[in-house]
Amino acid sequence: MTSQAEPILSARGLVKTFGRVVGLDGVDLDLHQGEVLAVIGDNGAGKSTLIKTLTGALTPDAGEIRLDGKVVTFRRPQDAREAGIETVYQTLAVAPALDIASNLYLAREERRKGVLGSVFRMLDKKGMRERAHKSVMDLGISTIQNMSAPVESLSGGQRQAVAVARAAAFGSKVVVLDEPTAALGVRESAQVLRLVEQLRGRGLGVILISHNMPHVWEVADRIHVQRLGRCAGVISPQTHSMTDGVAIMTGALSLST
Amino acid sequence: MSYSPLHTRRSRTRSTLALLAVGALVSAALAGCSSDDEGGADGEVAVTLITKDSINPFFVSMQKGAERAATAENVDLTLAAGKEDGDEEGQIQAIENAVAQGQDGILITPNGPGVNPAIESARDAGLYVIALDTPPDPAETVDITFATDNFKAGELIGQWTAAQLGGEKATIALLDLFNDKVVSVDYNRDQGFLSGMGIDTGDAQKNGDEATTGSYSGGDYEIVCNEPTDGAEDGGRTAMENCLNKNDEINVVYTINEPAAYGADAALEAAGLSGDDVLVVSVDGGCQGVDAVGSGVIDATSQQYPIVMAEMGVKAIKQIATGGDKPETTEGLDFFNTGVKLVTDQPADELESIDSAAASEICWG
Amino acid sequence: MTMTIPVADSGGSGPAGKGSGPSAAEELARRRRTPAQRIQHVLHRYPAISPLLILVVCSVVFTQMNPRFSSPATVSLLMQQTAVVAALAVGQTLIILTAGIDLSVGAIAILSMMVMAKVASENGAPAPVAILAGIGVGVAAGAANGFLVTRLKLPPFIVTLGTLSVFTAMALLYTEGRSIQRMAMPDLLSWTGEIHMIGEFRITTGVILVVLLYLVAGYALSQTAWGSHVYAVGDDPEAARLAGIRVNRVLFSVYVVAGLIYAIAAWVLIGRAGAASPNAIGSANLESITAVVIGGTSLFGGRGALLGTLLGALIVQSFTIGLSLAGVDDQYRLLAVGALVIIAVSVDQWIRKVRS
Repeated sequence: MTSQAEPILSARGLVKTFGRVVGLDGVDLDLHQGEVLAVIGDNGAGKSTLIKTLTGALTPDAGEIRLDGKVVTFRRPQDAREAGIETVYQTLAVAPALDIASNLYLAREERRKGVLGSVFRMLDKKGMRERAHKSVMDLGISTIQNMSAPVESLSGGQRQAVAVARAAAFGSKVVVLDEPTAALGVRESAQVLRLVEQLRGRGLGVILISHNMPHVWEVADRIHVQRLGRCAGVISPQTHSMTDGVAIMTGALSLST
Repeated sequence: MSYSPLHTRRSRTRSTLALLAVGALVSAALAGCSSDDEGGADGEVAVTLITKDSINPFFVSMQKGAERAATAENVDLTLAAGKEDGDEEGQIQAIENAVAQGQDGILITPNGPGVNPAIESARDAGLYVIALDTPPDPAETVDITFATDNFKAGELIGQWTAAQLGGEKATIALLDLFNDKVVSVDYNRDQGFLSGMGIDTGDAQKNGDEATTGSYSGGDYEIVCNEPTDGAEDGGRTAMENCLNKNDEINVVYTINEPAAYGADAALEAAGLSGDDVLVVSVDGGCQGVDAVGSGVIDATSQQYPIVMAEMGVKAIKQIATGGDKPETTEGLDFFNTGVKLVTDQPADELESIDSAAASEICWG
Repeated sequence: MTMTIPVADSGGSGPAGKGSGPSAAEELARRRRTPAQRIQHVLHRYPAISPLLILVVCSVVFTQMNPRFSSPATVSLLMQQTAVVAALAVGQTLIILTAGIDLSVGAIAILSMMVMAKVASENGAPAPVAILAGIGVGVAAGAANGFLVTRLKLPPFIVTLGTLSVFTAMALLYTEGRSIQRMAMPDLLSWTGEIHMIGEFRITTGVILVVLLYLVAGYALSQTAWGSHVYAVGDDPEAARLAGIRVNRVLFSVYVVAGLIYAIAAWVLIGRAGAASPNAIGSANLESITAVVIGGTSLFGGRGALLGTLLGALIVQSFTIGLSLAGVDDQYRLLAVGALVIIAVSVDQWIRKVRS
């Protein structure tokens, strides 16, 4: 997949401390459009802290984040979302009793045109269902047909698909997926990885956090390794093996930069 | 430490004891000073009135009555109440205060059986305890109860109704208080009413077990319904509507209290029945209720006297404290009857009653 | 580039995946739903069906016991007698949809009612001013509940248990336990009790007002973004938050709207009772919750339809009228209502087990 020269998302010198505990100790990160960047690291290495600063859940104590070349500061997740950084959380964050279309449009509902929408604030449910269906189809998911089905009636993989569709549907530039295959079986994991490739194919920048090395090596273009609050190196599946990756994570191997 | 700890402790204990002894002497002296003003043969008689709460107009009237009697009898009166209906803790504290101050007697409308132990301690300490309006359970917990004879209250309006009907068939609606609990005021008034009409009540402590048809003292009767009202206007309305729905020829409506009667009247009006067609009777005799008799909304009501209860209570304590006789229960009852009068602007022959104007002078609330 | 992805589905449609014929598990997944599962799915989509069925069945049974049950006179009574509780239950539904509960519903209504009545009668204010004052008090009380739930993060059960006592005491102190009769108030306050003949039915203004209330609230819940957010917050507050919904704002708004609704119910109550009394609607709290639960709204939040609540309220009152007409002991009504509540909650639990 082609990636453009200028990264869509880049971070320089991110620092985050929690009292005496150092979460991030000057981390740089680059993400290009049409690229899957995996972030791996042991527990406590700073993976989730890094992701939270990029998605607005945390504000870094020092450092700079640039989106599309412009410096951005996020005070809350909503800011990141509005800037175009969408997150698919490990818990999916879908409301089980609500239907697929409602979940897709949650907090972004669209009203009907004209008086009905402006004065009576009526939602354009039919329109939202149609557009939700299209978003889902565009990702190549053809088996979720009924947008009015409650999300809880879907399988784990289908729910994941809905969450990914939501992340991709609103003109986002970057999609962050947090352990998307952790709770899924072999077959459904494969389906999710295909979705990740779909997102890349659309030109989005994708950050994938995962503990699952085979999955990472399968889809990632580049791999950012976190260790002890720092970036221990950025490798690629072509140049390094899984064993190498694990070794860098644990410190057994260090990259000469 | 240069001296042994044991030595230090002993001397510390000694000084503490000394302090306590001095403290006790001082407070005894102070108490002795204040008790000169209350209790005892040479001081004022002291009484505490403890009501269920201090909001309900019924209890506010009691308080006013007690104050009047206290002024007239030169009695030192303390007013206390629970925070709300059911607050036993507040009442227990008031009882204990009365005992601590060495008062002569307590008047109480108990909020529940939780106050019984405190009452017993008060009696053990020599205070005379009178229950007002509601006898405690068991009744022997207090020295005596001053209350309204609710059965008699019902009887009076029953007798009046029978007289007013003049032989006409009585199609009766009974608007009671509850249908999911059994309360003495509920069955006493209801069964009293039916007895007053000359109807066989079966078990006099159970509502609704009467024969649906039969004869009363003046002719035939039919009981259409026993409906609960919760003693309020909205409940009265619903109950009356449901009774009318069963039988729209109702001409006698017994109600547990006046608010229920107002609700019943609203339902009758909505159904297009005028006050002349239907006799509405009730119990309570609060000032609002008496006005309703005057305006024709209620045809007759039995008036009870919370003010008298409190007045008589204060007087009784004074009497006992100054060496007089103790009050006795009214013959045939296990409490002292503080009286109930029939209030109506349409008096019946041979049935004593007072009119609404007279009643509003002695009404409560 | 779109690829057809074979995702394990719930049976029926779905293309065959790569490789040979369906596995045993796929066969199982594709098997047609049993009747029980079909019912489960239908109830899941339309939760108001259960109470509707119960109401129809009860009506048939009571009509059998006394044909007068289905007469316009009785139906009119049913509507008038249900109106106040049905109105209170709208506010209760909103709160229960957010997985909360409101034990102070009756107390807020009484407080609003007494303010309306006293301001109009003793302070001599014009009727509309008095009514607005009462509504203002209801809204303020709701806001107090909302503040305690959202800012102090206290469980709604505890908060409203406390405010129940506070508001009750306020009403009693304000009125000294006295009630105010219709005659002492301007007509507008008891206007809700005025009867209109619609065909053979006697409908009060209050009933019409309550029906309007259901229409407006029902619209807001089903057709607006706010309604969607209310359901989401009750269903999964964390998911709602992560999706960008201001959970605290939604919760607070629900309590404030509920307070407003309780005040409207209070106005209807004045018309019905012909008086404003602090002793009215003693069992309003339980009755409103019963109506909501029997109506199919889940106590765990996120599920339910407002129509169900109306049906639930009608069911409970139809038992009172039906048993009264049939001459049956009213204790059986308590038994029946209790059984209905348990059945409703069990059905709700069963529906939640819907799987693919």
